[in-house]
Amino acid sequence: MAKRGLQQINAGSMADIAFLLLIFFLVTTTMDVDTGLMRRLPPIPDKDQKQNDDKIKQRNVFVVLINKNNDLLVENEVMDIHDLREKAKEFIANPEDKPDLPEKDYKEIPFFGRVYVPKNPIISLQNDRGTSYGTYLMVQNELLAAKNELRDEISTQKFNLKYEDLDEDQQAAVKQYYTAVLSEAEPKNIGGNK
Amino acid sequence: MSRFKKKGGKELSAINTASLPDIVFMLLFFFMVTTVMKEVDLKVNIRLPEATEAKKLEKKSLVSFIYIGKPGERFQKLFGTEPRIQLNDQLMQVKDVEDFIAQERDAMNESDQSKMSVSLKVDENTKMGVVTDVKQALRRASALKINYSSLKVDKLK
Repeated sequence: MAKRGLQQINAGSMADIAFLLLIFFLVTTTMDVDTGLMRRLPPIPDKDQKQNDDKIKQRNVFVVLINKNNDLLVENEVMDIHDLREKAKEFIANPEDKPDLPEKDYKEIPFFGRVYVPKNPIISLQNDRGTSYGTYLMVQNELLAAKNELRDEISTQKFNLKYEDLDEDQQAAVKQYYTAVLSEAEPKNIGGNK
Repeated sequence: MSRFKKKGGKELSAINTASLPDIVFMLLFFFMVTTVMKEVDLKVNIRLPEATEAKKLEKKSLVSFIYIGKPGERFQKLFGTEPRIQLNDQLMQVKDVEDFIAQERDAMNESDQSKMSVSLKVDENTKMGVVTDVKQALRRASALKINYSSLKVDKLK
């Protein structure tokens, strides 16, 4: 036996083995990408920190309420969710300088120079414990979409590019142009419903 | 015309399969590299809501997942049909969320701890009550970067 020269390993079954492994990985692999809405929660307020929400003027706040039947009350009007985006856009930009929409002021912004923009509009979102998560997320999405659309509009106007394609400095400038803080009310348990 | 006449003239030679293993190995390596093993076994049923503004979730290793939804059919006898919270592989309560976050944070590199984020995978029919409780727990655990997991669509229904 030893006298014979070193034999070549039979590689014929190599393909079969590889196929087997290949099929295993094909089956176990998951290609799905996770997508979602990024948000930041506010930190828990200090106990001795003073409440200062009474200083904010009514016109600077855009109140969105969702009840347990998933109905929307926006600025004291019942509204369909499909109209929310337009309404929110009007609030954030206040193009006609209406007295019941956010106060505007002159602001120095790089690239844009001196512009007349709303000072600090706040969107306040409040929901019931019985609201369904789907509706809640849809509202979040619409409000975010309103902001993103406005930013896209202004960056296409100025740089002829979408907001996403701008460089960092430009993005920061556009961000300053339209600021809107989305604040969620501290949960309250009204009516004790579950 | 002569092209067609050749047909049948010569016998069809077998395809050379010597390079087949190489091709298969190439595919194999591709799948081995891209594969991500499913790490959790879902005990709750989740149908994610849709959103147009959804962004891709970066750096999966820095993300912890919290699943909220109705227990799957196999578990309904044990846990009922009320929405429950799943952390890792177990159905847990709201009070366990803080511990879970602390645990996840400890498992990370110190430099990454500040970049930690939490992805909430919540069924769209869940009531906000339980979600609000979880959000409050996350605030107490100071895990403030969260991500509402949703499917990216171009237009809402």
